[in-house]
Amino acid sequence: MFSSPDARALAALIVGWAALLPTLSHATPRFDGIGRTATPAEIKAWDIDVRPDFKGLPAGQGSVRRGEQVWEAQCASCHGSFGESNEVFTPIVGYTTKKDIETGRVASLQPGANAPTRTTLMKVSQLSTLWDYIYRAMPWTAPKSLSADEVYAVTAYILSLGHVVPEDFTLSDRNMREVQSRLPNRHGMTTAHGLWPGSELGGRARPDVQGSACMKDCQAAAAVASAIPDYARNAHGNLAEQSRSLGPTRGADTSRATAPDAGKKVGPAPVASAPAAMKNGAGERPAATDVGAADVMPLLQKNVCIACHGLDNKLVGPSFKEVAERYKSRSDAATYLAGKITGGGQGAWGAIPMPAQSISEADALRVAQWLAQGGGK
Amino acid sequence: MLNRLIRRAPENFLSREQIREVQSGRRGFLAGALASAVGAAAAQTAPAPAGDPHILNLPDHSKSLGQAVAARGYGVPSVWEKNLQRRESPGLTRVSQASVSFCPLQGLFGIITPSGLHFERHHQGWWDIDPSQHRLMVNGSDEAMLRRPMVFDMDELMRLPPVSRIHFIECGANTGMEWGNVAVPTVQYTHGMISCSEYTGVPLRTILEMCGADFKRGKFVLAEGADGSSMTRTIPMSLVMSGEVLLAYGQNGEMLRPENGYPLRLVVPGVQGVSWVKYLRRIELGDMPYATKDETIHYVDLMPDGLHRQYTSLQEVKSVITSPSGGQMLLDKGFHNITGLAWSGRGKVRRVDVSADGGRNWKPARLQTPVLSKCLTRFNFDWSWDGLPALLMSRAVDETGHIQPTYAELRKVRGTRSIYHNNAIQTWLVEESGEVKNVQLS
Repeated sequence: MFSSPDARALAALIVGWAALLPTLSHATPRFDGIGRTATPAEIKAWDIDVRPDFKGLPAGQGSVRRGEQVWEAQCASCHGSFGESNEVFTPIVGYTTKKDIETGRVASLQPGANAPTRTTLMKVSQLSTLWDYIYRAMPWTAPKSLSADEVYAVTAYILSLGHVVPEDFTLSDRNMREVQSRLPNRHGMTTAHGLWPGSELGGRARPDVQGSACMKDCQAAAAVASAIPDYARNAHGNLAEQSRSLGPTRGADTSRATAPDAGKKVGPAPVASAPAAMKNGAGERPAATDVGAADVMPLLQKNVCIACHGLDNKLVGPSFKEVAERYKSRSDAATYLAGKITGGGQGAWGAIPMPAQSISEADALRVAQWLAQGGGK
Repeated sequence: MLNRLIRRAPENFLSREQIREVQSGRRGFLAGALASAVGAAAAQTAPAPAGDPHILNLPDHSKSLGQAVAARGYGVPSVWEKNLQRRESPGLTRVSQASVSFCPLQGLFGIITPSGLHFERHHQGWWDIDPSQHRLMVNGSDEAMLRRPMVFDMDELMRLPPVSRIHFIECGANTGMEWGNVAVPTVQYTHGMISCSEYTGVPLRTILEMCGADFKRGKFVLAEGADGSSMTRTIPMSLVMSGEVLLAYGQNGEMLRPENGYPLRLVVPGVQGVSWVKYLRRIELGDMPYATKDETIHYVDLMPDGLHRQYTSLQEVKSVITSPSGGQMLLDKGFHNITGLAWSGRGKVRRVDVSADGGRNWKPARLQTPVLSKCLTRFNFDWSWDGLPALLMSRAVDETGHIQPTYAELRKVRGTRSIYHNNAIQTWLVEESGEVKNVQLS
């Protein structure tokens, strides 16, 4: 307990302290010592965004002709000489018309127009977007390496390919607004939807699609309208190897044509369904020479394959005969099985994983060729 | 040596034919499974009438010494768990640095995604950035927008009072391949661009307040990444002001994984993944939306009238059954737990209904706790399979009363060309063989 004088002194101290508080809290930020003021040079180095009102756009200019040179050197390898590439990235130019430039709406986006693809010029509604993106992120493997003038030039070249500007045009910070008013899809955007949280964009607050709460005897679709065709069954690889080999389910073995059901004979996997990755790459290696059991037996022994695989009886893993049987009609069986030997796998034959084997690629391929030729027979 | 290996052959090493035999119901499930298990090893060892050899013959791990502590400084999954991997969908993209890998939802439990299985979406490749050199800059679109533009390093951001919250992140294009028709076989590819983690970080609002932000004029925030793409997105101010938007460095108790933005990413709960800018280097407060590449050329939703919806950000109410699901095989008739995930970018999941007859009749599923806002919710449903074809569906309702639509309901309004924001009810067909397939109903 405090004596009375002590209490008074304490009270005085508290009052005095309290009187100081407003000044103190004002002088000291809530999280003092954390963070510092950004310098103008730092802000300049990083604040590169260009807004739809062109705020942030640096001064500069570039001609269509200059843009074509930059394009051929830096862009064409991915986007094609005329922005038409569909090989690496979706096409930049195409399916816009003179009429679209007048109306600001792209006709090929209308229902029934059936444009085979959606190009950048069909979609882009803001010229600032093109400029900003090329400046910050292109070329793809060397982003931020183009000067502002080069970005004007490349942008001008793209626009000329879509006939938004003529071939003798020079794009600059002074005429961007004017060109914006010629973009084919400039009126093609709407924010009248419920997918922006908040009211800043003036969209709708309620979702546009609402499901049904029906619980009993509901109106329901009667038939299966869409499913993966059998020939594409294995297009994502063998699903048996993509599900856990434990618990209530297993992955379906899609290396075989269809699911087994009573009375229906299980056939081999169609060649066409082999995953693309397996068909590409090294490609199919022809079995140049017949590989016999006598040839591979030393390999099987040396690499301890026979610890887990019997010739015609199942041990820990499937017998060589079973493996050969399953993959006999697969055109890339040798390449596929060589990959399995060196890379390991799980699921195609049950839960026990086969570890990746430390075996030379030549030996693995030899064993695989033997299997592909019906090894174990 | 050989004998020891043979003895260890587990019961689930069933051949295709043996699985079929079990399914055909010619034998009782237990008897069938046991007989098959014995059968698998029968070629080498005699059946054991006294009981299960896995019980009668003690395995090595019961009779010898196991491995030492810290044998692995950072633990890895069991050697038996090789199949669940993030995977690409063949043919979806041409270059793997601007691609997607899908999360194997078919095998995950609960609501937390193991960080190593988190889905990936990179626009220009991923990096493992030295955190000591990483900086966050906060500035304004003009000089009056902030009293003080600031720079923070990671030490400073991690000194600030943190919060930890569990949220889902879903790519706006999740299920995008399925708008027109069935295109991919499994839930990994139909719905695997979603993951859920506990994130730790600082509310963006705190940082903006430290900079003396003018919240009257500043109605939009631009977030920008430090990688080659320097990804930019406009972030909704309502979520910043609610304190939900985080500058996150932690994920599931450890630092973010490099593929997920190490050392700093934005967390924007309920909003599509592209807004959760990785390798976050800059925040700009501004007075208009930014129309960035991923708001004007990509991540715009084409409607039937030829207009693109711009600034579509929210991920709406959605659910999917993860098991049994496409590409799986049921091993037998009888009891099965139907399990799945539900979520909504507008808040909590209120209920999930399950149908096994293609949507004619529905029953409520059990929601597993926790049920959190803008977070995955796990649901379970008791089901006994009679061996006949079944059409399994789940339908979620969120706390705002928004009900997940069917494909017919969704397409009636949005057509089939939207690419983004497909939240339709998923249907899995269980065939008599026990194989489950991805289907859409007419």
